[in-house]
Amino acid sequence: MSADLESAQHPETLRRVAIEPLSRVEGHGKVTLLLDENDHIRQVRLHIVEFRGFEKFIQGRPYWEAPVMVQRLCGICPVSHHLAASKAMDQIVGASQLTPTAEKLRRLMHHGQMLQSHALHFFHLSSPDLLFGFDSDVAKRNIVGVIEAYPEVAKQGVLLRKFGQEVIRLTAGKRVHGTGSVPGGVNKNLSREERDFLLKDIYQIIAWSRDAVQLARRLFEQNRELYNAFGRFEAHGLSLVRADGAMDLYHGGLRARDKGGETLFDHVNYDHYWERILEEVKPWSYMKFPYLRELGPEQGWYRVGPLTRVGLCDFIPTPFADQERRSFLAYDAGRAAGATLGTHWARMIEMLHSAEAIKELLHDNDLSGDALVVSGARQERGVGVIEAPRGTLIHHYRVDEDDVIVRANLIVSTTHNNQAMNEAIRQVARQYLDGRKLTEGLLNHIEVAIRAFDPCLSCATHALGKMPLVVELLDAEGATVDSLIRSVGCGER
Amino acid sequence: MSDSQHFLLDGEEVPFTPGQTVMQAALSAGRYIPHLCYHPEFKPHGSCKVCTVKAGGRTAASCTLPAQSGLEVESATEEMNALRRTLVQMLFAEGNHFCPSCEKSGNCVLQALGYDLGVTNAGFRHLFPDRPVDASHPDLLLDFNRCILCELCVRASCEVDGKCVFSLSGRGIDKHLIVNNASGRLEDTDIALDDKAVAVCPVGVILKKRVGFALPIGQRRYDARPISAQALEDAPRPSTQGPCNACEDAP
Repeated sequence: MSADLESAQHPETLRRVAIEPLSRVEGHGKVTLLLDENDHIRQVRLHIVEFRGFEKFIQGRPYWEAPVMVQRLCGICPVSHHLAASKAMDQIVGASQLTPTAEKLRRLMHHGQMLQSHALHFFHLSSPDLLFGFDSDVAKRNIVGVIEAYPEVAKQGVLLRKFGQEVIRLTAGKRVHGTGSVPGGVNKNLSREERDFLLKDIYQIIAWSRDAVQLARRLFEQNRELYNAFGRFEAHGLSLVRADGAMDLYHGGLRARDKGGETLFDHVNYDHYWERILEEVKPWSYMKFPYLRELGPEQGWYRVGPLTRVGLCDFIPTPFADQERRSFLAYDAGRAAGATLGTHWARMIEMLHSAEAIKELLHDNDLSGDALVVSGARQERGVGVIEAPRGTLIHHYRVDEDDVIVRANLIVSTTHNNQAMNEAIRQVARQYLDGRKLTEGLLNHIEVAIRAFDPCLSCATHALGKMPLVVELLDAEGATVDSLIRSVGCGER
Repeated sequence: MSDSQHFLLDGEEVPFTPGQTVMQAALSAGRYIPHLCYHPEFKPHGSCKVCTVKAGGRTAASCTLPAQSGLEVESATEEMNALRRTLVQMLFAEGNHFCPSCEKSGNCVLQALGYDLGVTNAGFRHLFPDRPVDASHPDLLLDFNRCILCELCVRASCEVDGKCVFSLSGRGIDKHLIVNNASGRLEDTDIALDDKAVAVCPVGVILKKRVGFALPIGQRRYDARPISAQALEDAPRPSTQGPCNACEDAP
């Protein structure tokens, strides 16, 4: 793979190019490239440059506050943090089995989250690259450009996201950063009026989701060689799966397969995840590097998220999505299912699954039940794991006898994919940048690879994306040799 | 007799009975004056100054200002509201008020007042005081970060509960709420869940444990109406002539 590009031998002799900040990525991230005198790439690193500190400042706070506080990690997938923390706190309050109303309402909330986040990720943040080309005119390579050139696609993307946000509003109280899930259950049910409000649009949402899968497929087909090869790397995979092997984004056991498809472990209870997953610290990044314990830090890094989930599950328990899963896995003798840019296709299949699952849940009368919260024997430790839009999300807390959190460990999707994203951008750098004069379009290839995984580095950072891009080429003494500045909406100069 | 006594509040006549303050008379008449430390069940305190009005050309706390015939009071003016806004901003800056993760959000008088006055930022550099929570009591949590020094808990615990569990200590900017016993810990007091001191806290300092966010968004106290409307609904009316029924749950 590309381990040779992680650390150059004599960095002091190399030129440094920094892509900072990353655009159409929520959060502060940057990529640094070190090049030799012949413009050959010698080192590539993805850095998460801000420290959030949630694990520290949640300490000393009452445990029931955690599901609401920690969701502020993110504005794109707060529900995932809300629910992962809630699941951990379920264990703290001894709620081993939620009421049907509580579990189904949480699942509905989560599918609303998946729907809106996947729509945002694909349509708003990634489709400009995919529809116009990675090095197309930067002034048009944004959602406004998509609205002008592909108004129906843009409209559907916006309305898909809106529907997901409405599901969240009616289950959590607000479109962003609600309070619906509490330790041991939920604080409200779904009224018949609320259910009917969502039901009137769900069939259109399913239809648009099916169109979105076809759009992602068409984009892949039209550029098959590019999409297959772009930033491609082999990786182990990790995700939750249901007891029967089905995709389950809310709950399940841990399944890991190695890059050859062999099962490393399956249906593992995540309560002791540290027996399977450890984290390594590297001196050049604030973000840790998780790895599978049995394979060690060098060989044990893995990939999480849509591409992994769609490939790892035995089936998707909704018909349209499962049909698309089988089609995706069979495409081009399975090559798309291992391609970095195949992630977008897999993401749309998951979005379709969430739309179908929302429809099924809305027809379930348990959603309007009155039994909302349960509790049992109080526990000191709680672990909650969920499949967030971008991958497996782990929340782990220890609570003292006074109900105060004394320890927290969060392993977010972005962190799971840390090494995988580094691998992808190193492949891209080697494929497209090596030995060439750098342009904004070429550098955008790096960002395209990151966006395939994650438009949202805010689990580790917190600024909103769409930031201007500044690329500086420095000589060995740090003097600026060349620079590219991209102002939002103003092209480049 | 009382029918003949009036003062002017923002140019309109407000009736009062002898012994009423401007605040009491205004609320009884359905006229809202923003306030924080005033509570209809307790003797006026006059400490937060949010209810400051201009009367006869001079500023005064309306909760302690006796109503008088012929008094001309200015309250709903930009000048007074700007002063109130600054006072509320200082309270936000002095404590650690993280509304996004506070379980009192939506039920908090300080937050509701901030919204009502149009406070959009703290206006001052945050002091970020170090105030660990006291979670020692099995059923109650004290989060000193959110204290606004209104002394409602101090007054309620002494005057109603007869326990004097709380007190203020320190002076000036160092003034802070303490548990009034040797250990300084709530577990060593005889405070009870149904004490008035627990119910009366207008912010998120004295909290019943394990309640958290049980009340969904939409059903919280200030979700349906702003504090200016809610305070009038809670206010004692002349016809009730006694403790107001709504006050029991009112912060």
